[in-house]
Amino acid sequence: MTTFIARRILFALVLLAAVSLFTYLLFALLPTDPAALTCGKNCKPELIAANRVRLGYDKPIYEQYWQFIKGIFAGRTYGSGDIAFTCPAPSLGYSFNQHECVSTLIGKTFPVTAFLSLGAFVLWMLLGVGTGTFAALHRGKWQDRLTSVVTSIGVSLPTFYVGLLVLFSVVIWLQWLPFPHYASPTENFHDFLAAMILPWITLAVLSAASYTRLTRNGVLEAMNEDFVRFGVAKGLKNRTVIRRYVLRAALIPIVTIAGLDFAALLGGAIVTESVFSLPGMGRLAIRSVTDSDLPVLVGTTLVAAVFIVMANTIVDIVYGVLDPRVRVK
Amino acid sequence: MEKIPLLSVENLNVEFSTPDGVVHAVNNVSFAVESGKTLGIVGESGSGKSVTASSILKLNSGVTAKTQGAILFNGRDVLGADDKAIRSIRGSEIAMIFQDPLSALNPYYTIGNQIVEAYRVHHRDVKKGAARKIALEMLHRVGIPNPEARIDEYPHQFSGGMRQRIVIATALINSPKLLIADEPTTALDVTVQAQILDLMKDIQKENSMAIILITHDLGVVAETCDDVAVMYGGRIVEKATVNELFLTPTHPYSFGLLGAVRSLDNSARGELQTIAGSPPSLLHLPSGCSFLPRCGYAQQNLAQCSSVVPELGKVSPTESFSACHLRTEALISLKMKEIA
Amino acid sequence: MSSEILLEGKSLVKYFPHGSKGIFGKSDGFVQAVDGVNLVLRKGQTLGIVGESGCGKSTLARVLTRLIEPTSGNIILDGRDITKVSGKELQSLRRDIQMIFQDPFSSLNPRHSVGEIIASPMRIQNTVPKGNEKSRVQELMELVGLNPEHYNRYPHEFSGGQRQRIGIARALALNPKVIVADEPVSALDVSIQAQILNLLEQLQHDLGLSYVFIAHDLSVVRHIADEVAVMYLGKVVEIARPEVLYSAPAHPYTKALLSAVPSATPRASHMHSRIVLQGDVPSPINPPVGCRFAARCWKAQDICVAQEPALGPQSFTSQPEEGLVACHFPENSN
Repeated sequence: MTTFIARRILFALVLLAAVSLFTYLLFALLPTDPAALTCGKNCKPELIAANRVRLGYDKPIYEQYWQFIKGIFAGRTYGSGDIAFTCPAPSLGYSFNQHECVSTLIGKTFPVTAFLSLGAFVLWMLLGVGTGTFAALHRGKWQDRLTSVVTSIGVSLPTFYVGLLVLFSVVIWLQWLPFPHYASPTENFHDFLAAMILPWITLAVLSAASYTRLTRNGVLEAMNEDFVRFGVAKGLKNRTVIRRYVLRAALIPIVTIAGLDFAALLGGAIVTESVFSLPGMGRLAIRSVTDSDLPVLVGTTLVAAVFIVMANTIVDIVYGVLDPRVRVK
Repeated sequence: MEKIPLLSVENLNVEFSTPDGVVHAVNNVSFAVESGKTLGIVGESGSGKSVTASSILKLNSGVTAKTQGAILFNGRDVLGADDKAIRSIRGSEIAMIFQDPLSALNPYYTIGNQIVEAYRVHHRDVKKGAARKIALEMLHRVGIPNPEARIDEYPHQFSGGMRQRIVIATALINSPKLLIADEPTTALDVTVQAQILDLMKDIQKENSMAIILITHDLGVVAETCDDVAVMYGGRIVEKATVNELFLTPTHPYSFGLLGAVRSLDNSARGELQTIAGSPPSLLHLPSGCSFLPRCGYAQQNLAQCSSVVPELGKVSPTESFSACHLRTEALISLKMKEIA
Repeated sequence: MSSEILLEGKSLVKYFPHGSKGIFGKSDGFVQAVDGVNLVLRKGQTLGIVGESGCGKSTLARVLTRLIEPTSGNIILDGRDITKVSGKELQSLRRDIQMIFQDPFSSLNPRHSVGEIIASPMRIQNTVPKGNEKSRVQELMELVGLNPEHYNRYPHEFSGGQRQRIGIARALALNPKVIVADEPVSALDVSIQAQILNLLEQLQHDLGLSYVFIAHDLSVVRHIADEVAVMYLGKVVEIARPEVLYSAPAHPYTKALLSAVPSATPRASHMHSRIVLQGDVPSPINPPVGCRFAARCWKAQDICVAQEPALGPQSFTSQPEEGLVACHFPENSN
């Protein structure tokens, strides 16, 4: 078991290194001049040249990359002399547009995205897995058919549509909630909830629909397994069979997919954050595109990629824990 | 004085509704099993033998299955029993084992966990530790080497033969009075099959357990069964003691099966005896005898055979029952001449 | 009496890397599936290979047809060494040696019609001009006992026995010299088995085919084979004609195997001493050094554990027709 975990972690580290290189190169090889993007329209050539030196864009690419990686672990100092400034570790660059270290920006926005993702995740899993199991157990009856219709609709609705629909109906038309205005849960829990509940529902709808279908199919397949029949033949209660035999088998692949979906969300639920004006990483990423803020873009992309790699590794390990047959490898 | 049979199945009918229509899986099946004896149910694929077996424990219930008839276990009604009653029978008084040992065990729990579970369902007040000891004894009894070390391993870590032993251990942990074994050795190597059949016979002798053995292998039937029921097209076409079936079969299908198996066994080269054609579709059972298209004797009695479904009737002077319109003395002596 | 040798396997070995050790996942030993097998198939004859699971017979079948590459050893077809041929030569080789598989349900592509399935070898090899294809396919269908009108039907519309006939027709499409049949009747009901075996024998007689027939069912092999090889854990432990093998088996394993087969005669009138082997087949990953059957053999001596017996005649006095056995103390030796 430990070799299994160790091997996965080792592979993840190698993958992370590759990801960081690839991401950095992707942006470094863009035809634009990164130094020119550091100040606005009325930029003097001398300022651009000075910035180029300060940010290290005059150096060859491999050295830039090396500085970048070093910065992640040891922090990075830009410029020299009395105009020098430091971004402490982990330094992902410096945003001239927002006059902040990228890591600080991400640090501010990430919690919002994290809360958003976590809440939506819990909601869609409970709703999706619960409804899917229910539909499977009532296969062919009206409960199953109704679920099928509802999920078909749910799966087809794009996130922005749901978001706007929800926003319009709940906030403007029914006036049940005020317009969402984010507040940190430690500051004002009530406002936090009021702000998050609609984005949570929006994000959860699409995923709940597809997870309902996944779960329904998984449960139906598991119910056909021989060992489920054997469990029933032992005299176990129906509920026990469903819990220990059917769900145990059906949920393993679903839990692993869910882990990956969750990780993808952590990179920024761009559409939802925009619709509800939540100051999360998704909105940060969008802004950096419109502002051509390259360092922030690189930073957010890399963070999102890191989450995916980590999630893949964790999901692999969890799979090995849940399914003893997988551990052999 | 007649012994009351341990299990008595009367006029069992099972239908499945499928998108293609109604499948008549089991048609008017009746038989009885006595304690300490082994009844073999023989048939090829699509004969309805597996569905018959799973009906005994009401394992067919679902939206699509309709079961009619009567099944009496120790005088108690099984088909009419409520959920609680049937659950108390399953795994404790009647146990069932299935064909493929790889898929019969839950891959996510250790074998010890699963045997203990089977025990504690029917002995709720027994603590896990005590149940584990009993499980160890059982593993030892079924011939798992070094059970103390292996009880915490997972099913996939055992070979096919070992897994079937574990399945048997799980099924027999509560000393059931009746064991239903659905093709228990089909998926196993022949040397392992011999071991497993021996094990089952041993335990049967110890506990006076009745066994219903479902198989397509006539060799297994010959060696292990006391009585045999041959199924075809969802019906029992012959019921006899094992000696009677093999020496004087009274139904053309049994006769054909034995012929095919025997011509394979004997060393003369040359064409094998076959039964032409294939088994009938259970969706569209014909009126009249379902074996008619493959029967070599039907020409003598075409009108009756094609319109009237033959019922099981005694074939004197034997003790066998046959579902054949031509179950006359003339037919038997004809067949006996052919075998000799 | 003996016809020419058509297919020969010399010292065939196939090892599969197994498991993974340590963080980098280096393989942890080898599954020695086939470990030094010699066999000979004569023209117009059937070589039967029997054994239980893990003995390597299926792997051997795939090695002979070059579906899997042997780790070492040679395969000689019609005098040509075909072990290492590739490219065009390998493609033309496929015309001479074809395979029939065990499972009639998974060996046919469910999305292709029967006509397409049977025609595809001909299309791939370009042996029949497009215009003649349909008539050739229908000819083959009739040959195997299928209704040629069912040309356009799909596999799921046929029964197991009929599907196996489709597989046979497909194997015959290129007029092969050798057909390797890997448990072709194991998945079929008894009454259908007999039909398919009769068909195979008739085809052999009419078309002059040679078969390598692999099975775990001893009675099936006894009927159809001219020579039978018994495999255990990757090695051939005995080869003999069926008349000899089944009446006087020389290797203890063969004897145990034969005695384990339940015979269709009620026990009351049949007292035979059954040899019940203890334990399971050992793992092919780390096979024992000496005789591989020693651990379960009731007459094993020290030499059996230490030294592997070679496949050779039973005793100095035995005739060549009495077959070969790999045992230090064969059953019938003096």
